[in-house]
Amino acid sequence: MTTSPVTRKRIRGGIGESPLRPDGIPKVTGNFAYASDLHAEGMLWAATLRSPHPRARITKLDTAPALAVGGVVAVLTQDDVPGRPGFGMHVPDQPVFAAGECNYWGEPIAVVAASDLETAKLGVAAIVVEYEVLEPLTDMEEADAADSQTRRMKIRRGDRTVSGAVSVEGYYEVGQQDQAPLGNEAGLAIPDGDGGVDLYAVSQWVHSDHWQIYPCLNLEPEQIRCHPVGMGGAFGSREDVSMHIHLCMLALRTGRPVKMMFDRAESFVGHVHRHPARMWYRHEADADGKLVKVEARLILDGGAYESSSNAVIANAAYFAMGPYLCDNVFIDSVAVKTNNPPAGAMRGFGGVQTAFGHEAQMDRLADELSIDRLEFRRRNALGQGDPMNSSGQIIEGSLPTAELIDELASMPIVEPLASDDPRHLPGGTGLTTNPDHVKRGMGYGVTIKNLAFSEAFDDYSDVRISLSPIGVEVYTAAAEVGQGMVTIIQQLAREVLKIEQVAVVWSDTNVIGSAGSTSASRQTQMTGGATYQCAVELRQQILDEFGGDDLSSEGVWRDGDLLVTLAEVCGGGAKEHEIRYRHPETFATDENGQGDPHPAFAVAAHRAVVDVDPELGLVRVVQLDTVQDVGKVLNPVAALGQIEGGALQGVGMAVLEELVVDKGVIKNPNFTDYLLPTFLDAPHIEVRFVEEPERWGPLGAKGIGEPPTISAGPAVYAAIQDAIGRHLHRVPVLPQHIVGSS
Amino acid sequence: MEITRPTSLVEALEARAEDPGADLLAGGTDLMVEVNFGHSRPEHVIALRRIAELAQIDGNRIGAGVTWARLEKSDHRALAQLARTVGSPQIRAAGTIGGNIGTASPAGDGLPWLAAVEAEIEVTSKDRGVRRLPCSEFFTGVKRNALAPDEVITAAILPENVPTNQEFAKIGQRSAMVISTVSACVVRDDDGTVRVALGSVAPTPLRATRAEALIAENPDPSEAVLAEFVRTVSAEVSPITDHRSTESYRRHAAGVLARRLLERCLAR
Amino acid sequence: MIVSFNVNGEDRVANVAGSESLLQVLREELGLPGSKNACEQGECGSCSVELDGAIVTSCLVMAADCEGSAVTTIEGIGSDKELHAVQQALIDHGAVQCGFCTPGFVVTAAHLFEKNPHPETNEIKEALSGNICRCTGYGAILRSLEALAEEAR
Repeated sequence: MTTSPVTRKRIRGGIGESPLRPDGIPKVTGNFAYASDLHAEGMLWAATLRSPHPRARITKLDTAPALAVGGVVAVLTQDDVPGRPGFGMHVPDQPVFAAGECNYWGEPIAVVAASDLETAKLGVAAIVVEYEVLEPLTDMEEADAADSQTRRMKIRRGDRTVSGAVSVEGYYEVGQQDQAPLGNEAGLAIPDGDGGVDLYAVSQWVHSDHWQIYPCLNLEPEQIRCHPVGMGGAFGSREDVSMHIHLCMLALRTGRPVKMMFDRAESFVGHVHRHPARMWYRHEADADGKLVKVEARLILDGGAYESSSNAVIANAAYFAMGPYLCDNVFIDSVAVKTNNPPAGAMRGFGGVQTAFGHEAQMDRLADELSIDRLEFRRRNALGQGDPMNSSGQIIEGSLPTAELIDELASMPIVEPLASDDPRHLPGGTGLTTNPDHVKRGMGYGVTIKNLAFSEAFDDYSDVRISLSPIGVEVYTAAAEVGQGMVTIIQQLAREVLKIEQVAVVWSDTNVIGSAGSTSASRQTQMTGGATYQCAVELRQQILDEFGGDDLSSEGVWRDGDLLVTLAEVCGGGAKEHEIRYRHPETFATDENGQGDPHPAFAVAAHRAVVDVDPELGLVRVVQLDTVQDVGKVLNPVAALGQIEGGALQGVGMAVLEELVVDKGVIKNPNFTDYLLPTFLDAPHIEVRFVEEPERWGPLGAKGIGEPPTISAGPAVYAAIQDAIGRHLHRVPVLPQHIVGSS
Repeated sequence: MEITRPTSLVEALEARAEDPGADLLAGGTDLMVEVNFGHSRPEHVIALRRIAELAQIDGNRIGAGVTWARLEKSDHRALAQLARTVGSPQIRAAGTIGGNIGTASPAGDGLPWLAAVEAEIEVTSKDRGVRRLPCSEFFTGVKRNALAPDEVITAAILPENVPTNQEFAKIGQRSAMVISTVSACVVRDDDGTVRVALGSVAPTPLRATRAEALIAENPDPSEAVLAEFVRTVSAEVSPITDHRSTESYRRHAAGVLARRLLERCLAR
Repeated sequence: MIVSFNVNGEDRVANVAGSESLLQVLREELGLPGSKNACEQGECGSCSVELDGAIVTSCLVMAADCEGSAVTTIEGIGSDKELHAVQQALIDHGAVQCGFCTPGFVVTAAHLFEKNPHPETNEIKEALSGNICRCTGYGAILRSLEALAEEAR
């Protein structure tokens, strides 16, 4: 037993600090390996034949000419799928390849593996397909009328006969946003020589991929191993399977590693997008400015297959009216099925669309009542202990809506425009606008989002911690998409175990259980929570075993004396512990949408300041002042980065970004015409945190990824309308909308 | 694919004469987009960037190989203004004015200026020597021009005494790195003659000659004349609706933009 | 065809099949995957390299036209052991998230600071207006480069 006068080293990089990312150096030097950088000896390249029609019957499909192309090794179609014919996040309704009918523009029909990418593309071009072109269903209201839908979701709460002193009605449309992560989809499948495959492909949730892949391949689960891999962003676009099954099939057929990499155009058709929406709202309030009743009808276009539409439409309905108290709520919502590009997960997940509607309604009501717009929101702010306006669920966790609004109101207002530098003016260096053409506007967005998975979903994250004298290893399958999960896991493990050396070991589906998706703002709480709890339990086990009262990198302590060294604790091996972490149970709601569907909520409040050139319809977003409900800040720099980045995606949605889909065909599947905000489009973003600990998760921290994307857009949308003094009913707000031309 | 990398114009013209179908490559910023997306598969490329004489600015002669990065510093005010809006800094470092002319996109940022200052496009071939065409003859349609298969665009030739009073502006939906939905250039001579040219509102760069005539009649325009000027420009353009903008917005914005530039010229 | 050019100070020879881009050749032929392929239209800056002294998008450079040229890629700027000041600043200020745009930002910003060691805020923004970042909202990138410009004063 050791009793030397050893002192405990202070641990750097714990909670509340902003330690450097472990992947920072490889990323700035270009050495970080993304899926698109992977290489295997003797690998083939694959390319995909996609439908040129939104809807068509395949009358002939002849792959023989492709196989005749020198260098082509395999050509696969739906006939080659050995197992279940389809896949899907929730229901396997999407065929691995279109067979019989194509249901959207760009649907995969066949894949070709060849010695190199050029040859694979030649192979694709050589496939003979004949189509009978059919009339596509592309209008969401026509689809609704025809009852072509995947889920109808109703909220019936309170008394519909109640009415308020004032009433406002509005109709709103939201265009289709794309996640547009910088890294395109890529993957590499390597056959294991024993009938199985190791897959390294972009994914926000390798276990979900795994559960979808192996039935289609008719293999035992452990024969397919999905590995986490470096990714250039995700934002929802990597939640669904894209190339995964195709790659595995090709690897098994050819017996060789097969790589696939979408180019930008293919990426735009190869992943799901945000649902475009049409929304009708009627809000009523009493003369004191209390919301009395909200009625809404929501249509979201889910495109050709279900993907996660049914969860998205539920979110749209549950959060259709924002973080405001109201006892009488009536919502009819539907996710329709069309021949448009499939829609699914994107940051904000259903809450983004409705936020444009409910915030515009709140402004109109406030104006009608002659109450300050922020004050009106303050009067109706939903908080902890209140019933959720839609489901009636009592909000047990923290929900500091009123505090956020007060904090936002206290933030200084940005100075008036005082520059003729074109980079400060709408139109930028295009020199369209003089300072005297500019009208300034200000707008608010206060919004709410559920955190983690809802509606009785068995949501969990598995973590295994291994502690040895070399340091701590945390095994997880959680996807690091750039958000900084890796740093948060390290910080939490350090904080508990007081050991600075922590490595996160990204683990495949055979090594560890699911961590759930890197989505729904859930990983900090779920895998962070799992890491924290696993570390606490492991620490306690060790303390119990040795009768200590503290653990550090030196060993086990009691009463300030080192009892045993870490090497002695580990006895030449490692101490391991694994847990499955779950959040409080959630439940499916009844036929009126009533019940307890959500484990936690977060709010965000934004104030946007914009300068508008009304005559040309040009907008410059000057500043966003933001306050976010974060529970507890674990890493200030990472939290700031999530909020700034999330907010800019909301700004992009409000003024720039739209996938232009004409009769099912995407007209702008490229970065020339799908416009992402540039450095000169980005406003200054001022961020404040409100810390009211959540009832579960690590140290009260809440997920923070989605809320800023939800609230930024409505704030900008409102500010533009404020500047021009006119209602606009559609986002993105384009120059032609502002000038009022068609 | 074969590539020829001439270091002199004579060599380039030889190569072009020998293989009139060969693709000309300058900065690559247009051609390579076509190549990358499989829309173009060149068999023979004549790369022009090693030809020093094309990269020179000499008095009223701007060599076709001059990059936008250099033109950002041009003494011609509107040329410098427009150069700053071409693509991104990276595009401006590679892309050339000759490439812009050759591509002949309706949205080509350099074209309204060339039309407004009444530059001529100089094209050269081995067999027929030098031809100079006014913009109205060189630009023949959407991405079409009068360059013969054996010719190379060698320069933009400016007239003597290009007015120093010139203004350019470009509307794009984004603050940087954006294709124009409408662009315009207005130049004003010392004697008050005004020329107005617009981009992205017709298949080729468009001179608003009726609007120009209106200002010729009213060199010190009243508010009423300016309003008429806006209406005239809007009436003269023939834009289309596409995924970047609408016919109606472009028509409206063309008038507004032209007026703003005219007012800037009048104020100087 | 064989194309000889200098990459990061070394004479290299590439076997170029046709009209492929410099980006393709760097990534697939020369084992330099640090330059990223994200749009192939010169609309994102992820593949930025220095070519004969100018920053260009390597996706729009025809590799066959690089004979005799000098190219500096992200692999030629700093190393794990000795980071370039721009690289260090980006890490220190949390300007790296997914990192896919980062090599392009490093190459472009390093060139900016070489020409002008203390650029103003608007100069930084305009010089980097051809580099798209989808993760950060540009805030941390701006803070890191402003701090670097301040240090240089």
